[in-house]
Amino acid sequence: MFRNQYDTDVTVWSPEGRLLQVEYAMESVKQGSACVGLRSSNYVVIGALKRSVNEMSSHQKKIMEIDSHMGIAIAGLTADARSLAKWMRNECLNHKYVYGESMPSKRLCDDLADRHQRTTQTYVRRPYGVGLLVGAYDEATGPHLYQTCPSGNVYEYFATSIGARSQSAKTYLEKHYEGFDNTEKDELIMHALRALSGCVQGDGELNKDNGSIAVVGKDQKFILIENDELSVYLDKLDVEGGNGEGEGEGGNDGDAMEES
Amino acid sequence: MSTLSFSLDPSAAQTTPSQRTQYPIVTGTSVVGLKYKGGVMLAADTLCSYGSMAKYKDARRIRTVGTNTIIGASGEYSDFQSIMDTLEGHTQDDVNYDDGHKSDAKSIHSYLRAIMYQRRSKMNPLWNDLVIAGSGFLGYVDKIGTTYEDDFIATGFGSYLAIPILRSKWRPDLTEGEARALLEDCLRVLFYRDCRALNRIQIAKVAEGETGVVSEPYELETNWEGAGFESTKGGMEGDGGW
Repeated sequence: MFRNQYDTDVTVWSPEGRLLQVEYAMESVKQGSACVGLRSSNYVVIGALKRSVNEMSSHQKKIMEIDSHMGIAIAGLTADARSLAKWMRNECLNHKYVYGESMPSKRLCDDLADRHQRTTQTYVRRPYGVGLLVGAYDEATGPHLYQTCPSGNVYEYFATSIGARSQSAKTYLEKHYEGFDNTEKDELIMHALRALSGCVQGDGELNKDNGSIAVVGKDQKFILIENDELSVYLDKLDVEGGNGEGEGEGGNDGDAMEES
Repeated sequence: MSTLSFSLDPSAAQTTPSQRTQYPIVTGTSVVGLKYKGGVMLAADTLCSYGSMAKYKDARRIRTVGTNTIIGASGEYSDFQSIMDTLEGHTQDDVNYDDGHKSDAKSIHSYLRAIMYQRRSKMNPLWNDLVIAGSGFLGYVDKIGTTYEDDFIATGFGSYLAIPILRSKWRPDLTEGEARALLEDCLRVLFYRDCRALNRIQIAKVAEGETGVVSEPYELETNWEGAGFESTKGGMEGDGGW
């Protein structure tokens, strides 16, 4: 990536036809710790690796509930994510008040994409430095998984991952996603954990403090599975022997103060 | 009502302040609806009255919204037309979003509730009592934002005259023909006893899995020979007046 005189303003094109500020914002997402998302024909599971600044601090919350049928996993600037989550929650509540039904997820994500795009075309703002994995279940159309990007692109996925060392998770998901449609809820969670365990740094392992899973789907309101509840699944993972196989990149995790 | 003053000098022009709905002008009477075995049905006459005058005898008081919802209105006809404009815009929004989401009767009912209640809170109501029907759904919204759902609903005079008939005759497994006959009976009684009713009616239905349809208007058979219509005011001829 070139550092040059075209990269200080989001409203300035580079000679190659790129918006460098937007691309730098996308770098911020890549520095955040990994999130995964996958879906079957009835459920969506999102998972995240929670980072902690040091041993004394808590692990940063990475998954947020938006409504009883929707939640997000975040990678990048947590503060930006919270601002987006607040907006999404408000939209969902307003929709429920007026129309007496849950907000259709695609509609919300399209509006979310527009919100992102606006920041890439104005002088006085900056792009959001966070990527979201939005997991939702619509009564009418079933489960959905979307990925948002600082550029304003929103894509729907069967399975995906974002954040640091997420390539390991992507590889795992690519190998297994074709069977996901008929997978049961618990097995789907196991897939998420297996994908996530590949994203842990160096010698680290996925454990109940740094792992976080959420599920939403048919007859399943959005639910967060963490700590002791997560142990049930992590124990199964240990039995399989699938834990602690990080990419082993080691080294710096980026600026862990702001990003998670 | 404040007075207007007229002057050739524009700077001295005065206008009436903005006002709120005080009373309806052109009105429709009862709407009756019920759920039957294969769907839902609404019925209403095609009269809009101008006070006591039966002025518009081909008014369409039941309409479709999108493909799967029907709505019947009593009260101020122009407010119903305004509501239809709003709902048609809302239906078009669904098309424009292009995300496969189509508003159903339940969400339109809730949407109307929000609108009616907001107007009521601004002391400028849309002067209507509405019945919304769709697959497996039958709901009521009125000018002050009250809502309820039930197996059969009626507005206006219908709530006094048709509801007792429905309470007696309604069953959850009515066939389409039985449902139609029951609604016709209700509207016939309404024509006998409601001074602002007409015997020219429409029936609309949303059958399970099909689009909403509103029938062409047709006339109801009536029979005025019954003993109940003979007036016996003290043995005098006529109705007791002079």
